[in-house]
Amino acid sequence: MAFEDQRTTVYKIDPAHPGSETLPTLRTEELLLNMGPQHPATHGVLKVVLELEGERLVKSTPVLGYLHRGVEKLAEDGTYHQFIPHTDRLDYVCAMYNNFAYCRAVEKLMNIIVPDRAEYLRTIVAEVQRIIGHQFWLGTQALDIGAMTVFFYCFRDREILMDWFDELCGARLTTSWYRIGGVERDFTSSLLDKLKQFLDYFPPKIDEYMVFLETNRIWVGRTKGVAIISAEDAVSFGLSGPTLRGSGVDYDLRKAQPYSAYPKCEFSVPLGKNGDTYDRYWIRVQEFYESVKIIRQCLEQMPAGPIMADVPSVTLPPKQRVFTNLESMIQQFKLFSQGFDAPPGEIYCGTEAHKGELGFYIVSTGGGKPYRLKIRAPSFIHMGAFDHMSRGYMISDAVTIFGTYDIVMGECDR
Amino acid sequence: MSLQLIASRLQENFSTGFVKAVEWRGDLAVTVTRDRLHEVAQFLHDDPAMDFDYIVHVSSVDWPDDEERFEVVYEFYSIRKRQRIRLKARVPESDCIVDSLTDLWKGADFMEREVYDMMGIRFRHHPDLRRILMPDDYTEGYPLRKDFPLRGKGWRDTFEFLDETAR
Repeated sequence: MAFEDQRTTVYKIDPAHPGSETLPTLRTEELLLNMGPQHPATHGVLKVVLELEGERLVKSTPVLGYLHRGVEKLAEDGTYHQFIPHTDRLDYVCAMYNNFAYCRAVEKLMNIIVPDRAEYLRTIVAEVQRIIGHQFWLGTQALDIGAMTVFFYCFRDREILMDWFDELCGARLTTSWYRIGGVERDFTSSLLDKLKQFLDYFPPKIDEYMVFLETNRIWVGRTKGVAIISAEDAVSFGLSGPTLRGSGVDYDLRKAQPYSAYPKCEFSVPLGKNGDTYDRYWIRVQEFYESVKIIRQCLEQMPAGPIMADVPSVTLPPKQRVFTNLESMIQQFKLFSQGFDAPPGEIYCGTEAHKGELGFYIVSTGGGKPYRLKIRAPSFIHMGAFDHMSRGYMISDAVTIFGTYDIVMGECDR
Repeated sequence: MSLQLIASRLQENFSTGFVKAVEWRGDLAVTVTRDRLHEVAQFLHDDPAMDFDYIVHVSSVDWPDDEERFEVVYEFYSIRKRQRIRLKARVPESDCIVDSLTDLWKGADFMEREVYDMMGIRFRHHPDLRRILMPDDYTEGYPLRKDFPLRGKGWRDTFEFLDETAR
């Protein structure tokens, strides 16, 4: 790649260059620099050992595990229902999508079909979560690079949706609203009104974010042509989500293996061309519009009906009935103390979260607890490509490259 | 290509290394012997009809009662063909090593390091096989093995009980 050669040679002193013999012989050695573990741009606790030649990155070695809590081991100790709150703490800024991915995996294991209305509710909330995730990403990524204003604008709008979540399930971040076989509760009319208001309010604000960033020459200069990854490399590294689509690879699980209400909605998957940080930003901004489109279609099409599959041996009874009806009380008690009897077997189920493919690989040997549960966390896999993507760039670009993955260490270290 | 067809083609091409193919809940899982794991993976990666260019995850399962105790699990996806396959191989505890697939999929680097860290399975020809989530100097074993205690090592039970009300 011509661009890369230019990048690595231009700052080196050419010994054949006239005048260079008059320079004193400088002792040169590579400098090791620890970035982190406490650094605001790493969005968690992450250390990277940077090997520097001047201000150029020669090699970078991520040191992970500062937030490792052994979630995969914890899963083996609890029943399938009890693991849902643990998934909130994986990617703690976007708990809803983690719940969704996990519940889908268990439903595949148990072969449960979720009722239509629940599928629509799930899709709407998942897309709201995608908007929140991208707003969070956009704000913090711009802040890391030094563009502060857009951070406030993103968080102002994110706050509306956070309050909406609060009204929906009583929590802003650790939501646990999804249940195996359905969702915990239905939308109220006030929630529907607020969501519709937001859909009218939000699209002009997206343009506002874009104006703030794209007229900012510093921000554009620090994202265009930075952290380029080719399509072949992105696929080989197993990148997913906007990080993969930025390189022009058309891989979105919502289209490739349609699930929930996505096949009934019309939306497009934006693709990048150059595979740089700017393209990945552009994709996320376009996904704002797509998410709004999906939510609107879901609200129009959403049928009435139950919000939980009727499989009493697996799914929970409605909460109202638990306190008034003895059988429901017993059902709830048995499901939480013993769990349901899962058939022996193994499944993998991937879901397109806003960071990338969040997958759960569950091995069951029967009984109420998973024998082995593996989480395919996009943040972890994206960190695997960090060294490849950062070589040859400036030390200040390291922050941009963390940012471009939308990395959350809770998910990376699990 | 249907899942049955993939399984039968693998069985034809690797008659000595093929152990079994199981299709369950729409997932195809193929078990091969560990000495042919790399060959099979190379075939899946390079053959134009297979074209599994995307690595989804690398995982491992511990079966303490079995003769060959560990199971390495690879999951691949083909972006162009939109098909998925799970490739598994059994590893005995006495000789806990398999060939690394980092030369075929670059992403296997971090994923195999995680398997090594969590389950103690080593990967031959891996460029940088170190612990990744646990500290480098961690010597208390491999956390996801079934003989690693699930509910603490009992040291909490030895704490002296302080009766705050008696003060």
